[in-house]
Amino acid sequence: MAHRTLQVSTKTGISAATLVLALILAALGAVFWRAEFGSLLGPADWAAIRFTVLQAVLSALISTVFAIPIARALARRQFVGRSLLVTLLGAPFILPVIVAVLGLLAVFGRAGWLNAGLAAFGLPAVSIYGLQGVVLAHVFFNLPLATRLLLQGWQTIPAERFRLAAQLGLTPQAVFRSIELPLLRQILPGTAALIFVICLTSFAVALTLGGGPRATTIELAIYQAFRFDFDLNRAALLSLVQLGLAGSAAVTALWIIPSISIGGGQDRPLKRWDAQGGVQRMLDGAVIILAALFLLLPLGAVLARGLIGLPQTPASVWQAAGNSIGVALLSIAVLLVLALPLAGWIATTKRSSVEGVGLFGIAASPLMIGTGWFILINPVADPFVLALPVTALVNVLMALPFALRILVPPLRDTVQVYGRLSQALSLQGWPFWRWVVLPRIRPQIGFAAGLTGALSMGDLGVIALFAHPDRTTLPLQMYRLMGSYQMEAAAGAALILLALSLGIFWLFDKGGRWHADA
Amino acid sequence: MLTLEQGLIRQGSFSLAANLTIEPHKKYAVIGPSGAGKSTLLGAFCGFVPLTQGKLLWQARDITHAAPGARPMTMLFQDNNLFPHLSVQQNVGLGVRPDLRLSSDEKTQVESALARVGLADMADRKPGSLSGGQQSRAALARVLVQARPLVLLDEPFAALGPALRNEMLDLVDALVTETGASLIMVTHAPEDVERIADEVIFVASGTAMAPQPARALMENPPSELRAYLG
Repeated sequence: MAHRTLQVSTKTGISAATLVLALILAALGAVFWRAEFGSLLGPADWAAIRFTVLQAVLSALISTVFAIPIARALARRQFVGRSLLVTLLGAPFILPVIVAVLGLLAVFGRAGWLNAGLAAFGLPAVSIYGLQGVVLAHVFFNLPLATRLLLQGWQTIPAERFRLAAQLGLTPQAVFRSIELPLLRQILPGTAALIFVICLTSFAVALTLGGGPRATTIELAIYQAFRFDFDLNRAALLSLVQLGLAGSAAVTALWIIPSISIGGGQDRPLKRWDAQGGVQRMLDGAVIILAALFLLLPLGAVLARGLIGLPQTPASVWQAAGNSIGVALLSIAVLLVLALPLAGWIATTKRSSVEGVGLFGIAASPLMIGTGWFILINPVADPFVLALPVTALVNVLMALPFALRILVPPLRDTVQVYGRLSQALSLQGWPFWRWVVLPRIRPQIGFAAGLTGALSMGDLGVIALFAHPDRTTLPLQMYRLMGSYQMEAAAGAALILLALSLGIFWLFDKGGRWHADA
Repeated sequence: MLTLEQGLIRQGSFSLAANLTIEPHKKYAVIGPSGAGKSTLLGAFCGFVPLTQGKLLWQARDITHAAPGARPMTMLFQDNNLFPHLSVQQNVGLGVRPDLRLSSDEKTQVESALARVGLADMADRKPGSLSGGQQSRAALARVLVQARPLVLLDEPFAALGPALRNEMLDLVDALVTETGASLIMVTHAPEDVERIADEVIFVASGTAMAPQPARALMENPPSELRAYLG
């Protein structure tokens, strides 16, 4: 009905999108510039492609399906420790991969708790290595992400809907069909697609739990081609495959990511009248306990081993920690400068395809972007000097799609519900951001910033290519300690890394929700 | 004086024709069956619904394509008239300056508007903690500080009880009399017309008819209006 749709940050949004595309395309161009296309893909490469798709499909399916009961249970139950658990749901995803792998090994590994339990009953041991391990780690990382995305969607359902449902005396099935299913239909496909795309470019999990001819992802193959063979030709070919695969997945994902818009409410605290039955309570309780155990056991293992190893951490670890904090803060600043105008533009534009700009960042392999920039910087400056800023920049590109998924829906809602009033009051430009958008989406901004900070803090990817003895990040330093079998020092470093990642996430996520009562 | 000249609004199969003039210092009631286009007419005045044909003139100046905020009018919608994350004072302040950088004079202006509608003590509260009547008062305080020559009401009090709604209408009546604004209000209730309106714009069968004196029209309604009033 509104013929003058509110324009929010169109120009700055387009500039940001152009910059993102330029950063990726320049890297891509550099890789191809250096590559000579002498050969085609070999059987090992095809195996890597097949494995990549298979593990991504399994990871996405399992993560989203299990997220539904967990998000539902969390949305409609109030219990002591709920907010702590919701915060912890952010933990595995923002957990540095290398730290999580340490925790998963303690629980599911060869000498882990699970196998100890199986052995006690005389059952054969299960192996964490290979497909099942890669999928397990991906589910460990993405199940909480899916749950949080669903939960956020659930919490945008105005309390009035549930009040109406209670008023009408709807059965649980009817509540699900009339209120929750439409929401799931809007959010689930996008969530699954997002996880699929994330898992397509998985590197560190495959590096630690996969490997070998039967469990190598494309990203890992790219790394090996660079690092061990410096075979730019093969790496470039694999980058192209990666870009085509993840890119087409991202485009397909966009087709099924609908605009999420669930009307306005009066911002009352969400109170539920449905699902008070005993069976539902018990099921919800069981779901919450199982989810909590799945998350907490590996984290507990990291904590226990880390405390033992902490006194043995060398000074180099603390220096690396300082570098990591700098990289994380730089990533957050750059991310917000890019993501906010982009989100404003996407939320108000008719063409939903522009969200692909963000997904493009993750479709392109981070290692490929890093190497591309290595090649570009090399003739001009010492790439090792710029290793940390480049790492921060690549981290921003990785975080951008998540940030957009988090920021666009509430921004779109804000424009839809308050756009008319804002126009009537001539609220536009900076005052519109200052008084309407920023206060309304502050919780999501905090969440996105925290996620970016933690992701950047724990990233072990590009920095591995730029490996330099003096300028390292904490994850790389930890990896080096593990490589030289200083396991106790590595466990101590893991604990520090865990504290930093969770700390920076908590700081921003909490900051965003602080007094965000309305 | 606001003139809608040979106006036509077309939205899919819906169309509304209007050719009418709004005089200064008068109060108009817009009545008619549901879906006839009462809100659409107000939306066209305000700049939220495009005119397919015709012109909108304010004091002989063409404002057909002016932005909603640049028009000489202020409108209260059916809902979402206040930002729930801003205090009452800030919500009213937005009517003075969209960037909320208020001088001390402007702050005083906001305070006296709040006092005028009886919300002096509620300035720092958020809308969510106010009653429905108080929320309406806060929105009216903003109308007061905006001091536009035209005030448009798209049934903002529809959710209030009869006594409270009458109270609000009386307050609106007093406010527009004080500011010398014209009032255009959508309503379903004939008693509202009697209570406040000088003139009636009857909207039915795809046409918004020219305003007619309220009393004469209500005492001797033409057949279509009689059918609507029942």
